Amino acid sequence: MKNSEKLRIPQSALSFLRSVAGAAGGLAIGLMICTIAGESPGKVLTVLVNSSFGSGYDFGMTLFYTSYFILTGLAVAIPFKSGLFNIGGEGQLTIGALAAAWAGVAGAGIESHALAILFATLAAFIAGGIWGAIPGYLKARRGSHEVITTIMMNFIAAGVTSYFTLYALKDPDSSQAETIPLSTVFQLKPFAVFNGAPMGGLIIALAVMTCVLHLVLRNSVWGYRLKATGENETAASTFGIAAPASWLSSMFVAGGIAGLTGLVEVLGNSHRFKIGFSSDYGFVGIAVALVARGNILGILPSAFLFGVLQKGAGSLDLETDKVTRDLTYIIQGLIILGVASDGIWDWFSSIWRKRNA
Amino acid sequence: MLETLFSNWILPTLRVSTPLIFAALGGMWCERSGVIQIGLEGIMLVGAFFAAVVTHSTQSPWWGLVAGMLAGLMLSLGYGFTVLKLKANQIVSGTAFNLFAMGIPPFLSMIWFDSTGSTPVIPGESLFRSAPLFLMGAVVIASAILYHHTKFGLRIRFAGEHPKALESSGISVRGKRWQGIALSGLLAGLGGATLSIYLASSFSRNMSSGRGFIALAAVILGRWLPLQTVTACLLFGLTELAQIRLQGVVLWGDQAVPVQWIQILPYLITILVLALAMGRTRAPKGLGGGE
Repeated sequence: MKNSEKLRIPQSALSFLRSVAGAAGGLAIGLMICTIAGESPGKVLTVLVNSSFGSGYDFGMTLFYTSYFILTGLAVAIPFKSGLFNIGGEGQLTIGALAAAWAGVAGAGIESHALAILFATLAAFIAGGIWGAIPGYLKARRGSHEVITTIMMNFIAAGVTSYFTLYALKDPDSSQAETIPLSTVFQLKPFAVFNGAPMGGLIIALAVMTCVLHLVLRNSVWGYRLKATGENETAASTFGIAAPASWLSSMFVAGGIAGLTGLVEVLGNSHRFKIGFSSDYGFVGIAVALVARGNILGILPSAFLFGVLQKGAGSLDLETDKVTRDLTYIIQGLIILGVASDGIWDWFSSIWRKRNA
Repeated sequence: MLETLFSNWILPTLRVSTPLIFAALGGMWCERSGVIQIGLEGIMLVGAFFAAVVTHSTQSPWWGLVAGMLAGLMLSLGYGFTVLKLKANQIVSGTAFNLFAMGIPPFLSMIWFDSTGSTPVIPGESLFRSAPLFLMGAVVIASAILYHHTKFGLRIRFAGEHPKALESSGISVRGKRWQGIALSGLLAGLGGATLSIYLASSFSRNMSSGRGFIALAAVILGRWLPLQTVTACLLFGLTELAQIRLQGVVLWGDQAVPVQWIQILPYLITILVLALAMGRTRAPKGLGGGE
């Protein structure tokens, strides 16, 4: 398979509006599907919103999920620039999270909080980055399609992390499948306003990081190279921009950013690595990046939207009889389709013209 | 000797390869017509679910098979609508359908069985013994003949290879692509059905576990040709069998190889094979492009 069809998305104001309308349409259809399960769409929407904004704790949890999706959204949006579709965020984030947990064990002697965080951040970024760079390398050197290799890397990551969790880093005092807990110097402090939700200054750091990335990708030589490769790799290579370098570097950075999920989950939340902590957060990143139309700054509001959806969906299990959190898969799929089916507008207008002709 | 080889390795390899072969041939037809089919995974999953549900309620695996195919067809037609009519990016839309398909089984199974996990176990007498194997053989032969010796096969190939030439001879490229997409839905749905009512006795959560993507890798490895694709599927099937057989086996020292290392084997080999085979394969020229 080849990438003859470029992952290029127009970014005019009109296309942004279309994207919002598409996402809203996808969400609406997803809610309407709930009538099959005998729930009113209005009630499901109310549950989603109340559960996300109802209290300081609820909002903190919404931001907690948002911070996941900023990372996994960026992990899709950055390779997008160079024309690659990274659906390996799930594997990259599990590997990064495991590396953060490993850092806590390996760096048990570290006494400074700042040094501990720095060490864990580097470990998570590099481990996730290498996991992302492998499909990037295979694409660059062997032409293997990244969609297949990244999916395979997800399955391999699941196996590798569960091995380390059950054997090498296993917490001997726990009967659960989890690693040795981190000492307090490695733990991130949550804000008190969130009433116990595991979210603190990290969300601000991630927002700043996103803005910096936006500037870097827009103004730096590296950003220019990625974009040139993404738009036309043959033309780019005649100007001396090698596609393999763009692919490898964008996948390394993307994997590294996905790996930073280790900060959110391991340092910020459970203070250890638990098998299966991520309920497909890596895949949500695809929807996040598409709704943002690959725009780096757009990732922030988009991630927030999916944070609301994720937090709200957890309450569906309790507050409705037949609709469960699995509805989010359906809604995410429909939202992506709503955004990706740009031709629907031309299609509508052609029907309109036919009718009025 | 020959008999034990057959019953211990050849037959089991054919069995575990069956879902892959159906799905991969579906993927081959779709991609030959010029449309990328990332959505095989989701189609298999939904096919497996509906096959299990219908077999459970009718106690007839044949109805289950039909249900799996129809469910796959519906999903693939939805995909066709978004990429052929609405001009959605094929990889993005295929991924969306995969996500969508992940949500369907738990959503419906909660309504019907009050559980988001497995569907009720189907009693042994309502499951297939070996009929899917013969069906698979028939589909392989039919695909090879259709591909190499019929007008239908030629036109599908032209739709993916030289869409303009086909169009100028008065045949609708889009029509051929609809046919390719529909075939991928029917066949991948059938492949999914064999997962739940032939290789297992119920549907379990996310039971396709990457097989749709492995099938796609088989298509690439098989250079988009029917018999070569089937051969690649058999290779992946053999890997899967080895993965099952190696669990708990002591290879060195006195400890069994940790099951996690063995479970990643099929995925690892898929990547390795793709990396080694690429460069020597060529995709249909018009794959992923317009008409």
